[in-house]
Amino acid sequence: MSASKDVLTHPVAKNNPIALQILGVCSALAVTSNLNTALVMTLAVMFVTAFSNMFVSLIRNHMPSSIRIICQMTIIASLVIVVDQILKAYAYDVSKQLSVFVGLIITNCIVMGRAEAFAMQNPPGISFMDGLGNGMGYGVVLLFVGFFRELFGSGSLFGYEILPLITNGGWYQANGLLLLPPSAFFLIGIFIWIIRTWDPSQVEKPEFELASNSKKEAA
Amino acid sequence: MSANKDSIGKTITVATLLCVVCSVIVSAAAVLLKPMQVANKDLDRKTNILAAAGIVDSSKTVDELFAQITTKYVDLETGKFTTDVPAKYDAKKAAKDPQLGKALARNIDIASIKYQAKVMPVYLIESDKGIDKLILPVHGYGLWSTLYGFLAVEGDLNTVIGLGFYSHAETPGLGGEVDNPTWKALWPGKKVYPQGSVEPALGLVKGSVDPAKKGAEHQIDGLSGATLTSNGVSNLVKFWMGKNGYAPFLTNLKAGEV
Repeated sequence: MSASKDVLTHPVAKNNPIALQILGVCSALAVTSNLNTALVMTLAVMFVTAFSNMFVSLIRNHMPSSIRIICQMTIIASLVIVVDQILKAYAYDVSKQLSVFVGLIITNCIVMGRAEAFAMQNPPGISFMDGLGNGMGYGVVLLFVGFFRELFGSGSLFGYEILPLITNGGWYQANGLLLLPPSAFFLIGIFIWIIRTWDPSQVEKPEFELASNSKKEAA
Repeated sequence: MSANKDSIGKTITVATLLCVVCSVIVSAAAVLLKPMQVANKDLDRKTNILAAAGIVDSSKTVDELFAQITTKYVDLETGKFTTDVPAKYDAKKAAKDPQLGKALARNIDIASIKYQAKVMPVYLIESDKGIDKLILPVHGYGLWSTLYGFLAVEGDLNTVIGLGFYSHAETPGLGGEVDNPTWKALWPGKKVYPQGSVEPALGLVKGSVDPAKKGAEHQIDGLSGATLTSNGVSNLVKFWMGKNGYAPFLTNLKAGEV
C-alpha cells in the first residue's frame, strides 16, 4: 500500500513533472490566467494521465514494441477527445476559454512520458495511481500559478472579488503582466526555486566547475 | 501469448482492435453528447446576440429575452428582406453551397472568408417608431481562426451598441482578449460610417485611442500583443459593413425601401 501511496504523492513534490522534469510548461502558461480554467485543465489532465496509464498498462503485454508509441497515442488521443466532448456538453463556457488547449493535452509530454516510462512496465492499478499522481503534480503547479495570476492580475479568486479593483471603484491596481503568459514563467521559476530550497537533492550538479585562477601573477 | 507479440499478424491484430475500440468510444461520446452540445451552442448564440445588443436581465431566461427579437433574412445583393430561405437555414453551410453562396474574389475579400452566403439572417428589435436595434452577424479571419460574432447598431444604423464574438480560436490571453469585457466596453457609442458616407471607417488602431483627436469616434484600442487578430477584427467590420456586406441593406433600410 505504501508503494502506491509513494507513486501517488512523489510526483506532487519530490518528482514534480513541471518543476523537476520541466514537462508540459506550454499549457501551464496558457491556461493559468484564472483559477477556473486552471482547475478544469487540472482535472482533465488527471483524468487523461490516469486512464491512459491504466489502459496502456492493461494491454502492455500484447502491445507489439514496433508500434507501441502509436498505440499509446491512439489511447491518449481517444481519451482527450472524450474529455473535450464532455466539457463541450457540460461546461461550455470553460471549454470555450480553454479552446485548443484541451486538444493539446494529447501532445502534453507528461501523459506520453508516463505511459512509456511507467505504464509499460507496471500493472494497471499502480499505473493508474501514477497517472493520477502526475496529473496532480501538474495540477499543483497550475493552481499555484493560477492563484497568484488571478489574485494579483484581476483581484479575484474563482471569479469572486477579493481585492476590489480601481476600475470597479476599489483600491487595487491590477498588475497587467500577470494576465499575460510570460508571468507564468516567473511564477513557475519561483515555484521551482522554493521546491529546490526545500529539497536540495533536486538541484542538478553543475556540468563543469570553474577552475581557480592558476596565473595569479599575470592578472 | 506475449512471446510472439512482435509477429506481423499480432501487430496487425492489435492495431486493428485498438483502433476499432477507440473509434467506438470516440464516436459514442460524440454522438451521445451532440444534442447537449448543440443546445449549448444555440443558447450561447442567443446569449451573444442579446449581449451584443446590450440586453441583459438576469431575472429572465435567455429564451424569454430572445422573444422580443425578430429574425429576418436579407438578400445581400439586393439589400432587401427575403423569405425565400430553406427551413433551418444555416448561413455558415450556405456559404459553400453553389446555389446559396458565392466565392469571393481576392480583391474584395478583405475579411479572408473566401465564401459568403447570399442570404444572411439579421436580428431586429422593433418598437412603434420603427427599428430600435439591429444585430448583424459578422465573421472574418483573425490569426488562427475565423471569428464569428455579432455587431449591434442603434436605430440610426450607424451608432454601435456592441460587438461580441461567440466562436473563435485566437490565442488565449492575447487575441483571445476579444472576449474581454473591458475591451468590449470600448465599442458602444462608436460610429461605423463618417457623415454622409457608405464606406465604413470603424476599425482598431495600434495602442490607445486619443479621444481628443479627429476620427476618434471611428477608432477602437488595438489588442496588445495581437496585431493580426486586431487587423482581422478591423477587416471583418470593414467588409461586413461595406458594399459587399450589409451596406446596400442599410441604405435601403434608411430610405425605407425594404
